This record gives sequence, structure tokens and C-alpha cells, in this order.
Amino acid sequence: MSAIAVRRRTLPGFGLTMGLTLSWLSVIILIPLAGLFLKSFELSPEQLWAILSSRRTLNALRVSFGLAFAAACVNLVMGSIIVWALVRYRFPGRRLFDAIVDVPFALPTAVAGVALTSLFAEKGWLGAPLAALGIKVAFTPLGIFVAMIFIGIPFVVRTVQPVLQDLDPEIEEAAGSLGASRWQTIIRVILPSLAPALLTGLALAFARAVGEYGSVIFIAGNLPNVSEIAPLLIVIRLSEFRYADATAIAVVMLVVSFVIIFAVNRLQRWAQNRIPAR
Amino acid sequence: MTIEVRNLVKKFGSFAALDGVDLKVDNGELLALLGPSGSGKTTLLRIIAGLDWPDSGEVAFNGEDALAQGARERHVGFVFQHYALFRHMTVFENIAFGLRVQPRAIRKDEATIRVRVKELLDLVQLDWLADRYPSQLSGGQRQRIALARALAIEPRILLLDEPFGALDAKVRKELRKWLRSLHHEINVTSIFVTHDQEEALEVANRVVVMDKGKIEQIGSPNDVYESPATAFVHGFIGESIELPVQVEGGLVRLGDRPLTLAADGLAPGASKLFVRRHDMLIGPPGSGAFEGAVQHVRNFGPVQRAEIALLGGETIEIDAPRDKELRAGDTIGLNPRRYRIFAGA
Repeated sequence: MSAIAVRRRTLPGFGLTMGLTLSWLSVIILIPLAGLFLKSFELSPEQLWAILSSRRTLNALRVSFGLAFAAACVNLVMGSIIVWALVRYRFPGRRLFDAIVDVPFALPTAVAGVALTSLFAEKGWLGAPLAALGIKVAFTPLGIFVAMIFIGIPFVVRTVQPVLQDLDPEIEEAAGSLGASRWQTIIRVILPSLAPALLTGLALAFARAVGEYGSVIFIAGNLPNVSEIAPLLIVIRLSEFRYADATAIAVVMLVVSFVIIFAVNRLQRWAQNRIPAR
Repeated sequence: MTIEVRNLVKKFGSFAALDGVDLKVDNGELLALLGPSGSGKTTLLRIIAGLDWPDSGEVAFNGEDALAQGARERHVGFVFQHYALFRHMTVFENIAFGLRVQPRAIRKDEATIRVRVKELLDLVQLDWLADRYPSQLSGGQRQRIALARALAIEPRILLLDEPFGALDAKVRKELRKWLRSLHHEINVTSIFVTHDQEEALEVANRVVVMDKGKIEQIGSPNDVYESPATAFVHGFIGESIELPVQVEGGLVRLGDRPLTLAADGLAPGASKLFVRRHDMLIGPPGSGAFEGAVQHVRNFGPVQRAEIALLGGETIEIDAPRDKELRAGDTIGLNPRRYRIFAGA
């Protein structure tokens, strides 16, 4: 430690900023999380196992992680297309659309939930035509999926946008003049260049969807085992004063999320390393 | 492969990037498009490559309409000023790209592709860089890789857009020589765009001088330097003294001072007199067409450069041999060994 601190650097302040970083991360993130783990240790291993392997818990986790991943994938595809249009084309209202992308960031999630629910309810503007086709969205897992897509889209767009803006259109022209078709250019040139940003966007959208509570509970219907998300189950356990149960589910969510995000990070690092610093 | 361009017009809004351009390029030529920025030279190159489309006019390769084809079908190698290498691919994969994206029916097998890429790496003398990424190369190396990549598809035509524009002076000079000998070796019809006259005159077989979307002159490097066709070309290529003169009744006047220069066949009115700096010969006062006072003298490599205030009000710079005695304050006579007068202000 002292060896690092003593070495002279062009920019001073290593000790100060490093100290602040570590203490801040400890207070804001690590201590609360440690508390979470400690609380779950109040349970015996058998009790913990019983809680986690109960049908309701497993179903809630499956709904949360499964739908969050599916929604993140949809956002990845649609977000990439939106980014492409916003960056590469000039059309009337482009700035407006660009601003609209941020709305899910800023809107209180409860408002989003209520709006989506009334829109997709059986008599809603979109719900009615869909109901005519026999598709029910509000108060089903499909509703959760829709809400998760809504809140996740800006994450993909905003992470990929600056990278695509940086990508010189000349490399597309180069690929074209070398005989690549439009499709080959996208697959072999554009997507690999964007891969690290796409993976980051995917991870962020996924993380947001897993943790989403406000908008989902309005549209979900919250039927145990069917459309009940894990965060809601935690809240239910808390309201029943079963704090240890709640923390046990929370710990599982934490561990699974961490593993997934860590894996995506590694994947992103790998993709990044294939493009050494410019 | 011959290229023929007929009456090409391209407008960006109200700005005419190309304003009726006609050009014929012979098989195996190395042609330079030379002009200041905004003269339309890059636009012309991009239209020939199929990266841009004209508002009207024709482009033909070997007499065949090229505008009917996209960039992909034209089989043209294009080298960009900023290289446009694929940064997520190694040098090897960059060069192999054009071979890997060929339609399956004519795509070569992996072994053949490897051999071909090795050949190209040898051709650009960078075989030891095959596994590097573009970001690990110097500018000159990147541009040579870009050239190898363009050559991989065995293009019918090679187009280079300011290929050395982003490189430093020393590397530029090396690459110029190298490009000329490479062209000698592969003999593909090639066009390169440059704003650097030295580059154009040194490398090309023929030079096309462009200004404001029009071709001013087409000729050998010697032609455009020794007998410029227009005032623009004379002013743009080589260092010239430019003086506003009046042609009147068979006389050339600078201000109110008549010059002893022949005005045969010149239209009367405001004109421009051009003399190369080294074509002004120094004599005793009263001996030449001009007379002036030496302001100051600087030694400049093989020549001395003198600033001279002419009678008639203009100040000019001339290049005189070093052995000529010149001192500030001297009054001297000046006689142009060669000169050109172009009508128009």
C-alpha cells in the first residue's frame, strides 16, 4: 500500500480518492449487504432450505429471473434497432424520440405501472384489441414481461448510443467496397464492434428488470406461483413479520444476480479485449 | 480497365461539388486528382467507387455502365484517408475480409485464403504484423494494411482518397515512392486524390487539377507545372508571383507604369501576370521590365529569398541564386525569364 502511495504520480490524490471510494462503498453498499447476510444466518440450514425450496419461492424466483432475462433480450434487439435509427438517420422529430427514450428512467415506476395496466386492461386501448385475439396481458406473467421491457429499454439505448456514434461509417463503406453484403457487414463488422456495449446494455437492463417492483406489481395480478415476482414475495413476508424468510429470498436474489452480472462482465471484458484500446 | 466519366454533376444542397466533369482514364494509369479542399476531387472518387451517386452524368468501366452497379458489384479497391480498418480484427483478418465475404460458390478454401493473405503481407512488407490489431500499428503501417486489404479482392481499379493525408512528412515521402513502385509492380488502373501538389507531381503519370467542381487542366506532371492552362493552375502549382495588370492597346501596365512585356493576342482589360519566383532575373536598375527596392533578404536552402517593393506599388518575393549580391536598400531591375498573362481579375 505505502509503496503505491509513495510513488509520485502526475495527478495527486490517490490516497484520498482511494480512501473515500472504499469507505463510501462500505457504508452505502457493503455494510447493508452484510447485514442482509447476517440476518439470514438466524435461520438454521434446514429452515433456510425449507424456505428456498418451497414451491412459492421457487416460482417467484423463476418468474423474476426468467421474465427479466427474456425482457432484457427483447430490449437488446429492439434497443439496437432504435439506436441505429437515432444515430444513423436524420429525420423530423429525431430529438424528440431521443428524449422519449429516457422517459422510463424518470417516470415514477408506480405511474408507469398504473399507465401500463390501464392500457393493457381488458377494456384498455391496447388490451381490448388483444383480448379480441385471445391474448390477455394485464394481470398475467405477460404483463410483467411488458413492464420489464418498458423500464429496461433506456439502458440498452443509452449504453450503445455513444459507441455507435463513435463507429466510423467509413468502415461500413470499406466492407461494402470489399464485397460484403449489408447483412455480412452487420454480422461481421458492426455487431462485433458494438459487442461490449451491447453486453453491458443487456446486463443493465436485466439487473433493472430483476429488481423492478413498482411498475410490475400493478400489472402483474400477483397470483402466487403464477405472476408473483420475488421482490413482492419479500414484501409479503416482511408484512407477515417473517423477516428471516424475507432476507433468505433476498440473499438468493443477491447471489444469483451477482453471479449473472459478474458473468456478463467477464464476457464483456473478453469482447473488449478483442478490441485493444484505440 | 479504362474509366470514362461524362458530364458528371453532383450537388449538396445549393453547393455544386461536381459541375460537369469529363474524364478518361487509360488502362494501367496512375492518375492524381489534385485540388484544394472543396474542389470536388473526393466526391468524384467516391462516385467512381460507388459510395456516392451523381445527380446526372455517366460513369463507365471499359465502356460498361458502372452506375447500374453498387459499390459491392463494382470490384473497386478503395483506400480511405483514415484507413477504416476493422479494429476488432487482426491485420490478417482485415486483409482476408474481402475473400471471406465472397459468395459461397466462388469463395476460396481456408488454405488458399491463407496463402493469398501472406502474399499480400509480403507485398506491403509487413508480414511480421499479421497477428496484431490495427490499434497497435503506426499510421504508415495501417495505411499499407488498408492497401493490402483493398488489393485482396484483385480489384479492377484502385482508388485512394488522400492516402497519406494523415501521416507525418517523412512517412509520406517514403510511402509516395513505395506507392509508385507498387503500382509499377501490380499495374492496376489507379486514381488517388491529394491536395499536396508535390505528391501529385512526384507519384502520378497524369495529373488532373480541379477547382470548384470543375477540371482546370489534365496533363503530365511536367505539363501542369511548365504550361499551366489557367490562372488557377498557375497559382496553385508551384510558387508564383501574381501581379494584377492592365492590358491596353498592346501594352501591359502595372498600376500606371507600362511594362516592356509583349501583349500579343491578349484581350484588353484587367488581367493577371504570373511569374515563377525563380524566373525573375536580377539586373541593374532600368534594365528590365520591373524596377524595385530590396526590402530584406533571407537565405533559404539553395536560394536566397528577397522581398522587393516594385515601382507601381506591389511587393513581391523572388528566389535568386545565392551567389547574387543582394542587400536591403538596393535598387534593382527585374526581368521575367518566362511569364504568363491570363485575362480576368
